[in-house]
Amino acid sequence: MNAHVNPPAAPPNAPVVALRNVHKSFGSLKVLDGVSFSVGRGEVTVLIGRSGSGKSTALRCIDRFETIDGGEIEVCGRRVDDAGLDVRALRQDVGIVFQSYNLFPHLTIEENITLAPHAVKKVPKAEARALAAKVLAQVGLEEKLHAYPEQLSGGQQQRAAIARSLAMQPKVMLFDEVTSALDPELTGEVLKVIEALAADGMTMVLVTHEMSFARGIADQVVFMHKGKVHEAGPAGILSSPSTPELAQFVGTGF
Amino acid sequence: MGGALNINHLLFLGHGALWTIGLSAIALIGGGSFGFLIALGRVSPSRAVRLLAATYVQLIQGTPLLVIMFLSFFGLAALGFNISPLLAAGASMTIFVAAYLGEIWRGCIEAVPKQQWEAAEGLALSRSQRMVKVILPQAIRLATPPTVGFMVQIVKNTSLASVVGFVELTRSGQIINNSLFEPFIIYSIIAVVYFSLCYPLSRLSRRLERSALQKKPALA
Amino acid sequence: MGLVLDFSVVLDRWQALLDGATLTLQLAIIAVVCGATIGVFGAIGRRGGNVLVERLCGAYVEAIRNTPLLVQIFLVYFGLSSLGLQFSAFTVAAVALTINVGAYTTEIMRAGFDSIHKGQIEAAEGLGLSKAQIYWHVIIWPGIERVYPALTSQFVLLMLASSVTSQISAEELTAVANYIQSETYRSFETYIVVALIYVALSFIMRFGFWLLGLALFPRRRRLGTPL
Ligand SMILES: Nc1ncnc2c1ncn2[C@@H]1O[C@H](COP(=O)(O)OP(=O)(O)O)[C@@H](O)[C@H]1O
Ligand SMILES: [Mg+2]
Repeated sequence: MNAHVNPPAAPPNAPVVALRNVHKSFGSLKVLDGVSFSVGRGEVTVLIGRSGSGKSTALRCIDRFETIDGGEIEVCGRRVDDAGLDVRALRQDVGIVFQSYNLFPHLTIEENITLAPHAVKKVPKAEARALAAKVLAQVGLEEKLHAYPEQLSGGQQQRAAIARSLAMQPKVMLFDEVTSALDPELTGEVLKVIEALAADGMTMVLVTHEMSFARGIADQVVFMHKGKVHEAGPAGILSSPSTPELAQFVGTGF
Repeated sequence: MGGALNINHLLFLGHGALWTIGLSAIALIGGGSFGFLIALGRVSPSRAVRLLAATYVQLIQGTPLLVIMFLSFFGLAALGFNISPLLAAGASMTIFVAAYLGEIWRGCIEAVPKQQWEAAEGLALSRSQRMVKVILPQAIRLATPPTVGFMVQIVKNTSLASVVGFVELTRSGQIINNSLFEPFIIYSIIAVVYFSLCYPLSRLSRRLERSALQKKPALA
Repeated sequence: MGLVLDFSVVLDRWQALLDGATLTLQLAIIAVVCGATIGVFGAIGRRGGNVLVERLCGAYVEAIRNTPLLVQIFLVYFGLSSLGLQFSAFTVAAVALTINVGAYTTEIMRAGFDSIHKGQIEAAEGLGLSKAQIYWHVIIWPGIERVYPALTSQFVLLMLASSVTSQISAEELTAVANYIQSETYRSFETYIVVALIYVALSFIMRFGFWLLGLALFPRRRRLGTPL
């Protein structure tokens, strides 16, 4: 394992994440049909689109949870579509947070957070615990260090899951509908955490149905429709869409 | 011995019962260790290993334990081992228990939600780290009630070790009966002893199952 | 030392092996049919509302499930003869296996019957069906359908367990093996062959129950639900 070896040098202004003409099918179902977009350092890209349009799949391809059938994906200077990719090195650079939190129920919040830094990056235990305290403070959960996931509300669990990813000090974060499983009154606390991360300059790709949140945070909006990037541009396209599909999508909210 | 049932007979039966417990323990430890490997083999990323483990399970689960007992007894002899009843019985029980516990535990490993694997993968944990630190601790909790339940099968099945001359509870009853000719009384006593060993395990297994159902972990 | 296996003298006795295998299947089928019948009544008894019957059925299930089959066989064998009743080893074996599998089937079927939703029964009551009709149409068959895979596994286990009846000299497959190995001195080979025959018998039984399932549960056949 070469966790400390830097990835192949990339030009200074190269995008952190780039998809070029990505194709992906599940059996006969074409899910990604030539998807391209790129995310620069410190930028926030929001993926929107109807359910089933391929947003999650696109996100999962970036972190190599799915392999692609055609095209290129580059993340932090690594070719993700390369068969010989060092997947674990990629995943140290990329943090991913899921809709269903997926905290490890048998571990305390602190153990959830220190697990990967200690096991993967060989951060000494004491240092990892200090790190856990720091990232938990970042998401406003410092008092839940020794709680078990089931003792937390959904919103708190999701913030803890974000903290767990942050502890790996990723270069880019992926969020897949992280507030969709939450009661409406709990989404705000999670969105605030993400906004704070954006303000700190974290590079992010996120899938969300919260349109006003998207409008506020996005440097770039990518509207996916039937496996294609149907329309993309600055957050402004949400207010003045140029395709009828996006107009309809924004109009109905979904 | 001989004559009427007396305290010496009961002591002899008690001795046999201790060996029933001893052989059960050997079966649980031996079969549990081997069965753990079988369970890991059944979920291995290597196709060949999966196939090998599955074939083992199919073969053993398709063969009566009694025949496995004879196979161990004569097989070990054919291989030039100095066969003792303990060795033959211990080997048979290990082979047998491994196939069933391996299959039960595979089910428990697979019952851990797929998202737990993915979350661990997303944190760059290696396959063995994911298994040891994330999946197995959760699988062990799921595995406890059915494993305790299977211990009842283990205790009962040690009775078949009597056919290779291992003097456990059933065999000690047969020996006493050879001099007393009171089979119905003797086997009734033996049945009661087995029942008092197994019933608490059955109860415990059911209680564990019920409490596991009650506190099903929420989406975590 | 080298291990030299010679199967020829064992395979020469294929006729005896075939007879033994046939008897094993016969024993299994008799015990399954009778045991399943006991199971239906036992399961009804365990949920039927009469406390005494419930207790009795419960005691039967627990007594059988917490004692070894070998001991049960001896008890039936010596119990019948101490009553002055003489039966063939085959009959005793069939009785003991039936009593054994009846208890397991009772427990499995009870789980199946319990899984039937209350609303189903209320709907049937609303249609004016009699208690027996409700049991037959709404509880028994749908309940069995749900636990059919578990029943299949239990019945295959029973077929394998029938080897234990060789200990009272029922002439089934394992008894035939014991006899062949004592005549040929090819013990290891004999039991290898017999083990493979049992493996084949379990496949045959699973296949048989799969076919039976298709015949019994047309809904599954039509929906292609795996059994
Ligand atoms: N592992 C999979 N196997 C088969 N089909 C899948 C798989 N994952 C997603 N799909 C299908 O791909 C399509 C796109 O899914 P997804 O990317 O999850 O959409 P979105 O996140 O935009 O709702 C859907 O029709 C979904 O059913
Ligand atoms: Mg999705």
